[in-house]
Amino acid sequence: MVLAPQQAEATEASAGVAKIRGEWVKECPVDLYIPPDALRIFLEAFEGPLDLLLYLIRKQNIDILDIPIAEITRQYLSYVELMREFQLELAAEYLLMAAILAEIKSRLLLPVPPAAEGEPEPADPRAELVRRLQEYERFQRVALDLDQLTRLERDTWCATAFVSQSTACLPALSPVALHEITHALKDVLARAALYEKHRVVQEPLSIRERMTAVLMRFQDLPVGVSVPFVTLFRVEEGRMGVVVTLIAILELSRQSVLSLQQDAAFGPLYVHKCAPVAENNAL
Amino acid sequence: MISTKALLEAALFATGEPLSDDRLYDLVNAEWGTEETPVPREEVRQALRELQAEYDARGVQLQLVASGYRFQTRPDIAGPLRRLWEKKPARYSRAVLETLALIAYRQPISRGEIEAIRGVTVASSILKQLQDREWVTIVGHREVPGRPALFGTTKVFLDYFNLRSLSDLPPLPEPTNLEQVDEVLQTLMPLAPAEAVAEGVPVVEVADGAIPAEAGIP
Repeated sequence: MVLAPQQAEATEASAGVAKIRGEWVKECPVDLYIPPDALRIFLEAFEGPLDLLLYLIRKQNIDILDIPIAEITRQYLSYVELMREFQLELAAEYLLMAAILAEIKSRLLLPVPPAAEGEPEPADPRAELVRRLQEYERFQRVALDLDQLTRLERDTWCATAFVSQSTACLPALSPVALHEITHALKDVLARAALYEKHRVVQEPLSIRERMTAVLMRFQDLPVGVSVPFVTLFRVEEGRMGVVVTLIAILELSRQSVLSLQQDAAFGPLYVHKCAPVAENNAL
Repeated sequence: MISTKALLEAALFATGEPLSDDRLYDLVNAEWGTEETPVPREEVRQALRELQAEYDARGVQLQLVASGYRFQTRPDIAGPLRRLWEKKPARYSRAVLETLALIAYRQPISRGEIEAIRGVTVASSILKQLQDREWVTIVGHREVPGRPALFGTTKVFLDYFNLRSLSDLPPLPEPTNLEQVDEVLQTLMPLAPAEAVAEGVPVVEVADGAIPAEAGIP
């Protein structure tokens, strides 16, 4: 808040107290030693009229319970005027507070009629304002405490052992029951039936050969990558071909080369290569 | 044969998020418990206590927050650690912190009530920011005209600020009142010598129990 004028220069040009934008300022502002740009930022930083009032009260070490309303009102209005000069968008709350201060001030000027018999003493016109200031100040202070708490991403970080993404992202697949296979096969067979009549020569199909063909599909895929069960079939081969492929898959599965899985009830089946250990068994 | 401690430690590191008492217990019980002889809960608690003690002098600590136990780096080495990250930790404006404080201490609270105490309009962006961070959520509506939304804090908030529950929040300061401050000072003074002894500061022995005025100032 304190302006840092080049002190040497200041003594040279004793005409002014500070040099702002190349111009010597002749007089100190009464209570603000802030260059205009900083002043603007300073004024913008107020979180509303209560904040501004608390600032004025603290700055002068005034007891919050005994606010000299006339003086505070004068200062408050001069700040609000400054804000206007800087064309800060002045929240309506500032003007409302100005009105409240003016009202309290005028009430304080009026003589207080003696309280009638049995009636409570008239309250200090400042009481409500003091209550609000006190309440707001408590939260201002506790907000700072909150900011001091140990918090994640600033004071502490969760310690975690690295878990590879591929492991983490694999869906939890479960073993497949036989009826699920037949269910999936039904669709394949239905489509195969459409091709049957176009078959001219029925060439004998070797299951071993088909096993290799199926495995070729997995050759370039890393362990753990799944292929939809139905895409392993070539429906153009007709029923016979489909059955051969099925037997090949089941055989590969029995030998723990491939594994069948399903990630949801009635969901599509997936086939993937087993881990390397199992592959050795197959050879 | 793995130990309970090793299992708990591995689970906490592998998940990288707080695990509740119950989840940790289930994990241990599933491994070693049977229907007739379940693992005693105390065994898991004891293992956690031992882990906590073992990690006491390490760079990471076992910390209990609202959602459960988690391993986290020691707060006192945060400074050097920050150099590892390009991004500086987020700073929150006074408006955000004050709004958060009001919601934390006065929940469930409506926007209007926040505004009444702060004396200014609460920008929608502030409430949105707090909600996006999942620190704050709408917990209900006050059944009055306009049905204002009521805000409350979440477990995410407690976890983020290293708290087990709202009662761990720093105490809300009493309203400033110079007379009260005086009273507090008066009541604190007689305690001062005892504290000074605890801190190893020599205290002048006073025979009649009167307390020298300087005693409270170490």
